[in-house]
Amino acid sequence: MQSATATPNDEVLTSADGTPLQVALARATRKAKWRAFWLVAPLLLFIIITFAIPIAQMLYRSVHNTAFSENMPAVGEYLRNNDITDVPGEAAFAALVSDLITARENKTIGSVATRMNYEFPGARSQFTGSARKAKRLEPPFKEALIAIDKDWNSKHLWNVMKRASNPIGGSFYLAAVDMRYDENGNAVRVDAKKRIYVPLFVRTLWLSALISTLCFILAFPVAHLLATLPLRYSNLLMIFVLLPFWTSLLVRTTAWIALLQGQGVLNDVLVGVNILDDENRVQLMYNQAGTIIAMTHILLPFMILPLYSVMKSIPPTYVRAARSLGASSWTAFWKVYFPQTIPGIGAGVLLVFILSIGFYITPALVGGSSGQLISNEIARHMLQSLNWSLAAALGGILLFIIIVLYWLFDKLIGVDNMKLG
Amino acid sequence: MKVKLLLTSTAVSAAMFASAAANAGELTIMSWGGAYTISQTEAYYKPWMAATGHKINSVDSDNPAAPIKAQVEAGNVSIDIADIEYSDAIRYCDEGLLEEIDSSTLPAAPDGTPAQDDFIEGAITDCAVANIVWSTVFAYDSSKFSGDKPSSLADFFDTEKFPGKRGLRKGPKANMEMALIADGVAPDDVYATLETDEGVQQALDKMASIKDDVIWWEAGAQPPQLLADGEVVMTTAYNGRIFGAAVGEGKPFEIVWDGQILDFDLYAIPKGAPNKELAMEFIKFATGTEPLAAQASWISYGPARASSAALVGKYKDGKTDMAPHMPTAPENMKTALVNNFEFWADRQDELNEQFSAWLLAN
Amino acid sequence: MSLDNPMVRFDNVQKSYDGKTLVVKNLDVDIAQGEFLTMLGPSGSGKTTSLMMLAGFEPATHGEIYLNGKPINNVPPNKRGIGMVFQNYALFPHMTVAENLAFPLKVRNVSPSEIDKKVQRILELVELPEFGQRRPAQLSGGQQQRVAVARALVFEPELVLMDEPLGALDKQLREQMQYEIKHIHENLGVTVVYVTHDQSEALTMSDRIAVFEDGVIQQLSSPNDLYEKPDNSFVAQFIGENNRLSGSITGIDGKVCHVTLDSGDQVTAEKVVDGDVGTRTTLSIRPERIELDPEPGTVPVNIPGKIEELIYLGDHIRVRMSVAGTSEFIVKVRNSSGRRDLEVGQSTTVGWDPEDCRALDEITT
Repeated sequence: MQSATATPNDEVLTSADGTPLQVALARATRKAKWRAFWLVAPLLLFIIITFAIPIAQMLYRSVHNTAFSENMPAVGEYLRNNDITDVPGEAAFAALVSDLITARENKTIGSVATRMNYEFPGARSQFTGSARKAKRLEPPFKEALIAIDKDWNSKHLWNVMKRASNPIGGSFYLAAVDMRYDENGNAVRVDAKKRIYVPLFVRTLWLSALISTLCFILAFPVAHLLATLPLRYSNLLMIFVLLPFWTSLLVRTTAWIALLQGQGVLNDVLVGVNILDDENRVQLMYNQAGTIIAMTHILLPFMILPLYSVMKSIPPTYVRAARSLGASSWTAFWKVYFPQTIPGIGAGVLLVFILSIGFYITPALVGGSSGQLISNEIARHMLQSLNWSLAAALGGILLFIIIVLYWLFDKLIGVDNMKLG
Repeated sequence: MKVKLLLTSTAVSAAMFASAAANAGELTIMSWGGAYTISQTEAYYKPWMAATGHKINSVDSDNPAAPIKAQVEAGNVSIDIADIEYSDAIRYCDEGLLEEIDSSTLPAAPDGTPAQDDFIEGAITDCAVANIVWSTVFAYDSSKFSGDKPSSLADFFDTEKFPGKRGLRKGPKANMEMALIADGVAPDDVYATLETDEGVQQALDKMASIKDDVIWWEAGAQPPQLLADGEVVMTTAYNGRIFGAAVGEGKPFEIVWDGQILDFDLYAIPKGAPNKELAMEFIKFATGTEPLAAQASWISYGPARASSAALVGKYKDGKTDMAPHMPTAPENMKTALVNNFEFWADRQDELNEQFSAWLLAN
Repeated sequence: MSLDNPMVRFDNVQKSYDGKTLVVKNLDVDIAQGEFLTMLGPSGSGKTTSLMMLAGFEPATHGEIYLNGKPINNVPPNKRGIGMVFQNYALFPHMTVAENLAFPLKVRNVSPSEIDKKVQRILELVELPEFGQRRPAQLSGGQQQRVAVARALVFEPELVLMDEPLGALDKQLREQMQYEIKHIHENLGVTVVYVTHDQSEALTMSDRIAVFEDGVIQQLSSPNDLYEKPDNSFVAQFIGENNRLSGSITGIDGKVCHVTLDSGDQVTAEKVVDGDVGTRTTLSIRPERIELDPEPGTVPVNIPGKIEELIYLGDHIRVRMSVAGTSEFIVKVRNSSGRRDLEVGQSTTVGWDPEDCRALDEITT
């Protein structure tokens, strides 16, 4: 790039008609560039619509929740303008009552109550119940509301409301790392026995690492066999490797259940040949073992294929050369063959690791309670508790972890060096 | 050849389908699958389709409430009617995710009693109408016990006396109530106890005593399967599922009614449903006295109307009397607990988290 | 052919991959210390397989290979102490040139300081002293080739095998490398077994050449003998250009025989083929040994021919002629001042000394 412009005395090279060469070049290639752009435009648009926008939306939702601020304008206004050092006075309660009345009429009180309930358990019935009676209340509203529910006299609740009056906030991220605001508004860790997400993230990363390692150990010899067998055998073997790809994930997972459950095929065989007592069948399903076994199987092709493609490109003469130079078969493998497979190992491990971090169906079906991953918790918040902001915050953290991992891989192996197949 | 034939027949049926849809409506109803959906198909869908000429497209789900929020928020509602649980019906109604249902338009009982009085108390809410009363019970495989058989919730939580794996639904609801009852808390005091941190801890501790032996289930069809596979010796379950396996398929399963947790299933219409009026027509038909009674001959769930109770007859096999198998039978109600919907609407987020954390801590 | 103290001996070695056909049949070769022996042959003739058996990468199906008098059939390749240069160099891409060269020394536990010295010395030998820190991919083909040779020599093996090492180079570089390898061989005195399908490469470099065909050595002799005195039609055909004429032996006179060509012409030739009068034979005559239009009486053989085509090649002229029924008879004529009068269509005679015409086994094609 520089060579054209950065001539020693800063002369600008020009084309025959006197226009600077770079301008002329840009003009000449512009048309080709536009044509190339229009060819990829459909895909680009597709990716933006189906990938970039949803992710951006998700990240936005994790810090942005308007359920309270939009539906409780008057009290929201009050809270934004006043600090909460104690339970506020009549003015705030009056604003609250008018908001409760409108929210009930607009049928939005449920959303408000749900939002409050995330951070203040019991707030749902408090809000819906109070809203039902709000129309009949007489001033002074403070005493009247506290008479309905004594929690209105809680400084903690008012702090929660103050935070919720700002639609932008990090409380969902706080919850996603097992922390909360205490009654004084300080971020503190939740009780040890209520911590879910951090242990789950740790477990997810640990299981993913374990599964990647197992996949690597299993895939390496298979890929090597595939790469060195004569074509007609390796084609057959390749079909066996790819066969799982042609079967639904659900079917494969269910097949593992049939094989591994307490009364399953494997246990029946072990009991049948008297290795196990009927009472001491091994529990291989509905626990971590089930998740590890099934996921290792499902993700194995993602390790085999990049390894295979790299190994296929390593001619056998390298090992022969090493042997002829005096290396034992182990040294020839370890010093000459193995280092050349690293691009494939990097690609395979990264693929399997990232895929397993986000795995959902298999752990849900075979993981029992000890084999659940963070994605199962995200799914629960999406489908059951409907706390989408928390789900988004958990997803955001997961995304962040994956980006960090990718960066780490790039540092260690170099993404350019990876061969995905 | 075969493929071609298949394609042609698909095309023909698609064409017929399209022309039928032009003059008759089509409803999409999401329910819980298995024996339960079959009972609704036989008791509601088929008679209604025969009577009106409309078509019903039945969809199964592990929890029909789950897709509603996503669909309503996306403005792309494909479900006309969902069969949902009580606490969800209340929450979703509060959040404006459901259409309101005017209970005065529901059909009166044959003797003229208005619907509002004929339905069991609490069975009609602002946005949903109950069709059945079901319960969470526990059941065991009688072939696995030669001597004493489990007879109370305390037995369920006693792996010393009755060794073997237990099945429990993965979630706090019903489990925590049952754990407290098993621990000696009177059914009437259960929810008051659960309001306190100590009570929650007591329930979790009781569950912890069998945690190593628990296999967690999620879909209603799983517990009878777990029992049949021998994966568990006893499990909590929806009573109708066990009845279906025991009476319908002749499995040696026994229900223990002690400490059963009664619950409603309700029909609700998601906000913005494509065929709202038609959906309302269907609900009026299905929650009539006779269809509700008819459903009871397909599955052992109690009708939500008083006037239906008298009409409940025999099981589809023609010999089993359904009345004693109903959760609402006086014999089964002695130690029953009615699910406190308000409590769960308030506490389920918190208790779900706590339950998850408890599950996680090994 | 047998030597008193051969460095390598193939003793009745056979090789089959599929159990049905033999790729190498009854191989018996002795290779002397310090010799440069080339295995030459078309692809599939068994030469590379023989080399791989010697290197230890393919087991012999039958027979025994000896190295310095010891049988090595059960010795793994890394224990044989044989250096090897591969067709595509097989330089380890993840190591620098110096690391590649240090590899055979490292596995032999040579001390680091010694390794450095040896690596530098060998780099100088192949005239790449500054290239130690480069990666193989940063070198040209010729440079890679030199590194490959250096790596096969750096641990000072007595025997070095080269499997078509120059096949990937362009013509000019190949010729240059031929001399370099030859010089290295002469300077170090190592024994080299060299595989190639390029006859001019074999003729240039070798002390002896073994011509392979169909799993059998057709002839094993010096380049000179191979060219001048081929033992059979295949060798005559494979090494250099030659004219073939078919006929039958009609008389035997010591080492010379009289042959009546199928065209009826009578010629004499050196008898190489076994057999009595009446044996069918193919005569082989090198194009440069034929005299065009010889003075009568100067050469014993003299038969008529007709010029079909003239190809001007500067230092000589290729003349394609019809002679004794074949129109592919080639004569090379030195481009001297008296040879300007050749014309297409001209009838003339060709002649040769019977010593230059060998009566070999008949080719039936």
